[in-house]
Amino acid sequence: MIRLENVNKSFGDLKVLNDISITFESGKTNLIIGQSGSGKTVLLKSIIGLHDVDNGAIFYNDRNFTELNHKGKKEIRKEMGMVFQGGALFDSLNVEENVRFPLDMFSTMSEKEKSKRVAFCLDRVNIQNANHLYPAEISGGMQKRVAIARAIALNPKYLFCDEPNSGLDPVTAIVIDNLIQEITKEFDMTTIINTHDMNSVMEIGEKILFISKGYKAWEGNKDQIFNTENQALNDFVFASDLFKNIKKST
Amino acid sequence: MNLFEHVGKFSRFLLLVLSKPEKGKLFFSQIVKEIHKLGINSIGIVVIISLFMGAVISLQTAYNMLNPLLPDYLVGYTTRESMLLEFSSTIVGLILAGKVGSNIASEIGSMRVTEQIDALEIMGINSANHLILPKIVAAIFINPFLYVLSVFVGILGGLSAGYLTGTVPISEFIYGIQYGFIPYYITYSLIKTVVFAFIITAVPSYYGYYVKGGALEVGKASTKAVVNSSILILLANVILTQILLK
Repeated sequence: MIRLENVNKSFGDLKVLNDISITFESGKTNLIIGQSGSGKTVLLKSIIGLHDVDNGAIFYNDRNFTELNHKGKKEIRKEMGMVFQGGALFDSLNVEENVRFPLDMFSTMSEKEKSKRVAFCLDRVNIQNANHLYPAEISGGMQKRVAIARAIALNPKYLFCDEPNSGLDPVTAIVIDNLIQEITKEFDMTTIINTHDMNSVMEIGEKILFISKGYKAWEGNKDQIFNTENQALNDFVFASDLFKNIKKST
Repeated sequence: MNLFEHVGKFSRFLLLVLSKPEKGKLFFSQIVKEIHKLGINSIGIVVIISLFMGAVISLQTAYNMLNPLLPDYLVGYTTRESMLLEFSSTIVGLILAGKVGSNIASEIGSMRVTEQIDALEIMGINSANHLILPKIVAAIFINPFLYVLSVFVGILGGLSAGYLTGTVPISEFIYGIQYGFIPYYITYSLIKTVVFAFIITAVPSYYGYYVKGGALEVGKASTKAVVNSSILILLANVILTQILLK
């Protein structure tokens, strides 16, 4: 579980996050949605500690991340897995080495155990016969799946995904979404996904935080989103004719 | 950003880089990789440039010695002193600042803009230490070998040029390279080589590590890295020469 209490963040005079409070539950896919520039990436980066918040608190279960020293934050970071927008696989390492990397850095496993774990993670994301290929040699969808495999290698308690299906075709995007949801339930992780993809929202939005102009504008789930009275959310979700028609038909 | 801000930021950056590596075994395997990438892959260019520079120094000295009272062995002596004192340390340092420096700045810069450095940070890894310290250690280790190689190849080039053009007899050249030899000059040049190795790796790493934006900014950082590390090499050369040869 990750809990945010009155999180604020500014860059100079520009206030990007205003009093954001929410609880992201474990075993659920939690989505942060909002227009480009609404502050969702800053929020995600603040939660994982890439940005220091101005004030407010971020709790990982009962541990206040914002008040921890460098060593304490490092310990929590070992419990995190992250899937970046572009995958962020290490160019100089092949698929197998990328997934093995966190194990080499932080586990006390033997080489045999590491190989077994790598094979399990790659198998879990349906990657076969690509162990020795480099990131530049595989497709965008495969890169995302390898990134997920790397993120789960150390059995993280918290999984963060920044636009996990951007740049992917709709079929592959759904495969990635479902994979993240399955893994979240399987390992009982607290998963936070940053997205503006409405297919993802409707597919895996078990808990949704809608941010507008740096404020928390709405909180709910994919079923509630259809009946919301929130104008900003309606404008965002039902921007396309397709979704307008779906809403009318329901 | 002014000079003082850069100095402050660079100092903070060095504190990050020069901390204890996370895993010793992995650190040493990275050093071996970097020795290959930064050192072994530079042998070709060092050999070619040293060979031809040695040859040119030898011929220029020979063709400028019009006074018959000047002995032929001065050609060998001049070639040795030029290679030993200046060329093999400073000029090779400048060449490597171009080759290795641009490579490091673009590699680290690309990792920054494609979020690979963020990925390391999220894992709880000190990314500056993990990525950059092996490069610095590798260059400090391998560059003295490149210096020694350059001296030998340069003198060989001078000897070959003198012999092939008939300007200096081999025996005179060999006498010249042994004449008035001061062993301390090797120590002096090796100290310079080690300092330059640090500059060649640390400065481009700094520019790459803090790059913001995309491919265009990575290119700009790479250019800045080469220019500024070259200037710092020249500045360090003057300071070290004053300190070590006073």
